[in-house]
Amino acid sequence: MKKNIRLTGTGGQGLILAGIILAEAALLEGKNAIQSQSYGPEARGGASKAEVIIADESIHYPKVLESDYLLSMSEKAYEKYNGGMKQNSVLILDTTFVKEVPNEKAAKTIAVPITRLAKEATGREMTANIAALGILSALGIVAEEPLKQAILHRIPKGTEELNMKAFEVGKNAVK
Amino acid sequence: MANNVKLLQGNEACALGAIHAGVRFYAGYPITPSTEIAEIMAEELPKYGGKFIQMEDELASMAAVIGASLTGEKALTATSGPGFSLKQENIGYAAMAEVPCVIVNVQRGGPSTGLPTSPAQGEIYQSKYGSHGDRGAIVLTPSSVPECFRLAARAVNLAEKYMTPVILLTDEIVGHMREAIDLDEARKAEVWDRKKPDCKPEDYVPYQPDENGVPILAPFGTGYRYHVTGLTHNKTGFSTMVPSEVEEVNWRLVNKVEQNADDIVEWEEVYTDDAETLILAYGGAARAAREAVEELRAQGEKVGMFRPISIWPFPERALKSLLPKVNTILVTEMNAGQLAQEVERIAGGETKVQGLFVIDGEIMTPEEIIEAWQGVAK
Repeated sequence: MKKNIRLTGTGGQGLILAGIILAEAALLEGKNAIQSQSYGPEARGGASKAEVIIADESIHYPKVLESDYLLSMSEKAYEKYNGGMKQNSVLILDTTFVKEVPNEKAAKTIAVPITRLAKEATGREMTANIAALGILSALGIVAEEPLKQAILHRIPKGTEELNMKAFEVGKNAVK
Repeated sequence: MANNVKLLQGNEACALGAIHAGVRFYAGYPITPSTEIAEIMAEELPKYGGKFIQMEDELASMAAVIGASLTGEKALTATSGPGFSLKQENIGYAAMAEVPCVIVNVQRGGPSTGLPTSPAQGEIYQSKYGSHGDRGAIVLTPSSVPECFRLAARAVNLAEKYMTPVILLTDEIVGHMREAIDLDEARKAEVWDRKKPDCKPEDYVPYQPDENGVPILAPFGTGYRYHVTGLTHNKTGFSTMVPSEVEEVNWRLVNKVEQNADDIVEWEEVYTDDAETLILAYGGAARAAREAVEELRAQGEKVGMFRPISIWPFPERALKSLLPKVNTILVTEMNAGQLAQEVERIAGGETKVQGLFVIDGEIMTPEEIIEAWQGVAK
């Protein structure tokens, strides 16, 4: 069992942090995980990509070749990375920014206005990455408890309640 | 998670490994993709009573590291590509003056400013010959996060033992990826300290070599007076042009590493017992090679892997012992064919050496390696 996950969007959306949290949650579950990222020289606004590989066995090659799960939180990132989807894989779109169009490689498309829902629930757009993790949890990539534990380990003190709210809103958006 | 397992970046593990080995001084000038090492040292060193200094540039950073080491501190700097070029003159000084220190070079695309955020392995020869003159070079290349910790500590140990600058040659792949490391396990690594003189200060001869050809330099400020120079010097530390003395120190600088190579070299072999062909890779690129080897083995191909962990000195004897049974070695590296030249020299025409050389700013895929292997081994 090996799951290849790509989290893509715009620099500043917190997708690298989301990738780190996801990998840490997988370790908490006793699995192997590798997280990597690619980014341009700019800190904000550029296309951002975080990759996570979760497996029971050892992971040698650290990069995702074809994604089993692609999350796109910007139109530009979707255009850039949808070509790297595996046939019959899962596509997650933040419809706040990405228009839902048919994708022939996607066996399943989760189209949710992630950023809008996160903002409505917490008043802060920046919790959208945690809402996205709620969606990934609902899809069964990692179990809910280790994921929550990993989130609490990485977020700033005093934002626990806010982030848990964002997590729930993401999780409940998948039905 | 068992014990003290953490998800760490290679760069973070480098910093923690160096601290474990006793590094208490860091001077540097931040540069992508090495910056996390400086960040962690800035945060962690004060907790251990150590010092972090951001210097005005790479030349000064290297000079500060040498100065700190002469007082007996274990000292580290980290950089990448262009910064590594700037440090070369003072790396040569450290080699000549026999001052232990560790330089981490997280390789990115070059030449010049090149590709600041992309991986490459272009400093295979620069890490050995980057500064002028002859010297024995010690260069270690980790392939994983736990190995970043272990080899950072080993680099510090080897610097102290052989009184020489040691290069930890990583790359953007290993430096920036995060994977699990058991810190309790990692911190079991042994720690070596440089020798101290046991004679009276008035009897002290600073560059008198021990049985390994290594001098004992007393920490400055402990009552032992001596002269440190980049000039070719004799045992007293003062400059010399006497051919017999010049010859002695020059050969000693080479031989204290080369003649102790068995103590320094390290490598990994995978499936070499029945291998008919070998894939040779190191650092970040070895991760792609290992995946390719696993896939080829699953297809029933008798492929093995040889991974030099110390590239200088190269594990020559180990590779040579495999030559009689392998007909082809495929070297896969992220440069235009650098370590392949050393492999060709060792193979000496006995075994065919081929290369997959990738310089597009990305790690090669296992598929590319398999394709290259099919082209040369079939």
